[in-house]
Amino acid sequence: MATEFPAHHYLNDGYGIKSWLLTRDHKRIALLYLIAVTFFFFVGGAFAVLIRLDLATPPGDLVSDDTYNQLFTMHGVIMVFFFLIPAIPAILGNFLVPLMIGAKDLAFPKLNLLSWYIYIIGGLMGVYVLLTGGLDTGWTMYAPFSTRFSTTRVVPAALAIFVTGFSSILTGLNFIVTIHKMRAPGMGWFNMPLFLWSTYATSLINILGTPVIAITALLVAVERLFRFGFFDPALGGDPVLFQHLFWFYSHPAVYIMILPAMGVISELVAAFCRKPVFGYSFVAFSSLGIAVLGFLVWGHHMFVAGQSVYASLIFSMLSFLVAIPSAIKVFNWTATMYKGSVSWQTPMLYAIGFIGLFTIGGLTGLFLASIGVNVHVTDTYFIIAHFHYIMVGGTIMGYLGGLHYWWPKISGRLYPEGLSKLSAAIIFIGFNLTFFPQFILGYLGMPRRYHAYPPEFQVLNVLSSAGASILGVGYLLPMFYLAWSLRYGKPAGANPWGASGLEWTTTSPPPTENFPVTPTVTESPYHYPSPVVKHVA
Amino acid sequence: MHNHTTAHPALAHHFDSLDQQQEAASLGMWVFLLTEILFFGGLFLVYTIYRGWYPQAFASASHHLDIPLGTINTAVLIGSSLTMAMAVHAAQLNSRKGIMVFIVLTMVLGTVFLGIKGLEYSHKFHEHLIPGLHFEYAAEPQFVRHAQIFFSLYFVMTGLHAAHMIVGMGLMTWMLIWTARGVIGNGYYSPVEIVGLYWHFVDIVWIFLFPLLYLIGRHA
Repeated sequence: MATEFPAHHYLNDGYGIKSWLLTRDHKRIALLYLIAVTFFFFVGGAFAVLIRLDLATPPGDLVSDDTYNQLFTMHGVIMVFFFLIPAIPAILGNFLVPLMIGAKDLAFPKLNLLSWYIYIIGGLMGVYVLLTGGLDTGWTMYAPFSTRFSTTRVVPAALAIFVTGFSSILTGLNFIVTIHKMRAPGMGWFNMPLFLWSTYATSLINILGTPVIAITALLVAVERLFRFGFFDPALGGDPVLFQHLFWFYSHPAVYIMILPAMGVISELVAAFCRKPVFGYSFVAFSSLGIAVLGFLVWGHHMFVAGQSVYASLIFSMLSFLVAIPSAIKVFNWTATMYKGSVSWQTPMLYAIGFIGLFTIGGLTGLFLASIGVNVHVTDTYFIIAHFHYIMVGGTIMGYLGGLHYWWPKISGRLYPEGLSKLSAAIIFIGFNLTFFPQFILGYLGMPRRYHAYPPEFQVLNVLSSAGASILGVGYLLPMFYLAWSLRYGKPAGANPWGASGLEWTTTSPPPTENFPVTPTVTESPYHYPSPVVKHVA
Repeated sequence: MHNHTTAHPALAHHFDSLDQQQEAASLGMWVFLLTEILFFGGLFLVYTIYRGWYPQAFASASHHLDIPLGTINTAVLIGSSLTMAMAVHAAQLNSRKGIMVFIVLTMVLGTVFLGIKGLEYSHKFHEHLIPGLHFEYAAEPQFVRHAQIFFSLYFVMTGLHAAHMIVGMGLMTWMLIWTARGVIGNGYYSPVEIVGLYWHFVDIVWIFLFPLLYLIGRHA
C-alpha cells in the first residue's frame, strides 16, 4: 500500500486566503464549513456547560431566571440551526458526494460557495443576537410570547433562521441535481453508496420543509415589527397555527439531522465488517420512507395544545409507523455485523455507539408517540433525554464516526488510534451519564426549562452535570488530535481502511479534480472479497 | 477538457457536455421552484385557515381592493410571460437581438406591474387600511379585527410576490449583460430558459393571488 503523500492535491492547489474564500472546490468548501460549524458547536456547547453548572444545585443560584431562559434558548437555536442541520450534509456531504459518484465537483460549484456565505451571514446575525440582548423564547419561538411579550432580539433571530435556511435549501438542491445528473458511467441508482441515498432523502426534506420554516419565521418577524395579526390572539390570530407551521418543518428537521448520520453508519458498518450492507435496497428505501413519513407526524408535538382528539389519534399512529423504516436500518446494520470480520477501529466504535444509543432514543420516541404517556411526560426532562439520545447519541456519534473514517481522505494523514479510541469511549460514557438520568428525572416529573427544582432531584442532576463534564472532555480531545495529525500524522495512503467505494480509489488528499480519469463503475459499492479477509490496520 | 476537440466556451470544467450542463441547470431551477411552492404554500395555508374562519370579514375586506387596477395588472403580467416566452424562443434560435428586445419588453411590463402595485399600496395607506399602523374600518366595524388579518395577508403575499418580481428583473438585467457579451446566443441559452421558468412561476403565483384576494367578495 502506497503511503507517500501525493505531490499535487486540493490542499496545496493555491495557498492564499483568496484561494480559500473564493474557491469553488467542493472539498475546500467542506473544510470552510468544518471550521464554521465547529465554532458554533463549541459556542452551543458553552451554553450547555452553563446550563449544567446551574442545575448542579436545586436553587437557581448561578444565573438569573432571565439569563437561564436565554441560555437554553441560545443552546437550542445554535445547536439545531447552526450545528446539527449543516454538520453532516455540509461538511461530509460536500466532501463526499462528488467523490462517491465519480464526479469532478457538485453540479453548481458557485452556488455551493454561496451557500457557505449565506450560512456565515446567518451565523453572524446569530452572533449579533447573542451580543445585543440574546433570545429567551426557547428555540421553538412560540407565538404570542415571541411576537408580543419577549423583550429580547426576536426579529434578528427569526431573520437569522430565515437566512440560514436558504443555505440548507441551496445545498440540498445542489445535491439532488448532482446525484441525478453527475453520476459516473456505470453508476446506477443501486450502485450508489447508501450515504448518498440518505443524503438524497435529507435534501428532499431540506427543499420541501425549510421554506415553510422560512415563511413562518418571516411572519413572526412581520407580526412583531408591524403588528400584523397572524398568530397573536389579541390581533385575531391563532397561536396554534404557529405551532402547526413550526412543527411542519421542525419535526422533519429531526430527520434532516439523523438521516445523514444513518448514511454514515451504513458506510462504517460495511467497511469495518468487510461485508456488503445486508438488504441494500431496504436500507436505501427506508431513507426515503423516513423522509416521507417524517412530514406526516408533526402533530405529536401538539397533543396538549388543544388539537382535536381525532387528529391526535392519527398523528400518534403515523408516528408509530416511523419506527418501521428506522428499525429496518438498525436490524440490517446488526445483520451486517453478524458473522462479519468486525475490526474495532475508532469509526466502528462510534458506529456501534450510534446503533445502541439511537435504539434507545428511537424506542423512547415510541413512548412519546403514545398519547397517554406523552401527556404524562410532556415538557419534562424525559423529552430532553429522548431527543438528545437521537441528536447527540445519534447525529453527533455519526458525525464523529464519519469524520474519523474520512479524515485520512480529507487530510491525507492518520490520527493517533489509541487516543481516538479513548476519546470515543469517554464520549460514550459521558453521554450516557449525562442523559440517562434525565429520563428518570423527567418520568419523576422534573419539567424542562426550569432552573430551580426540589432537592430530591439533586442526585440525578449532579450525575447529569458530572456526565456533561466528561462529555465535554471527550469532545475537546478530537479537536486537538485531529489538528495535531494535520502536521504530524503519518501519510494515510489512498485507502488506509481497505474499504471499497470510489472515494478510496483516488489519492489522499484527492487532487482538485478528484480523479485523474473519470472512473467507470462496474461493481457494487460494497464489493468485499468473499471469503472474508482479516483487516490489517 | 482535452478529450473534446471543440469544447463549447460556456462549458464548465466539471461537466462532460453542454447537454449535461443545461439539463442540470434546468433541473436545478425546477427543484428551486418546488421550494418556492412550499414557501408560498405556508402563506396560502394561513390564508385558507383564516378565510375559512372569517369568510364574511374576508369578503368585506376584499371589497376594498381595486378590481380595475388588479385586472390591468393581471393582463400586464400575463403579457410579460408571453414576452418572456418569446425571449426564450429567440434564445433557442440564437437571435441575440430577439433576446434583448423581448427581455427589455418583459422588464418594462414588470415595471408597469410594480408601478400599479405601488399606486394601490398608496391608496390603501390613504384609506387607513394598513394593519397595525392606523387601521380604520368604520363602514363595517364588526369586522375590524379580522379585516386586519385579511390586509396583513394582502400586504405580505403581494409584497413577497413583488419582491420575487424585483429579483426576476435583476436576473433579466444579468441576462442582458451576458447576451451583450456574447456568452448567450451561440447554442447556449439555458440561463435565459431558467430565468423564464422562474418568471412564469412568479406569474402563476399572481394568478392565484388575484382571485383569492380581489374577487372573493364579488361572487355573491
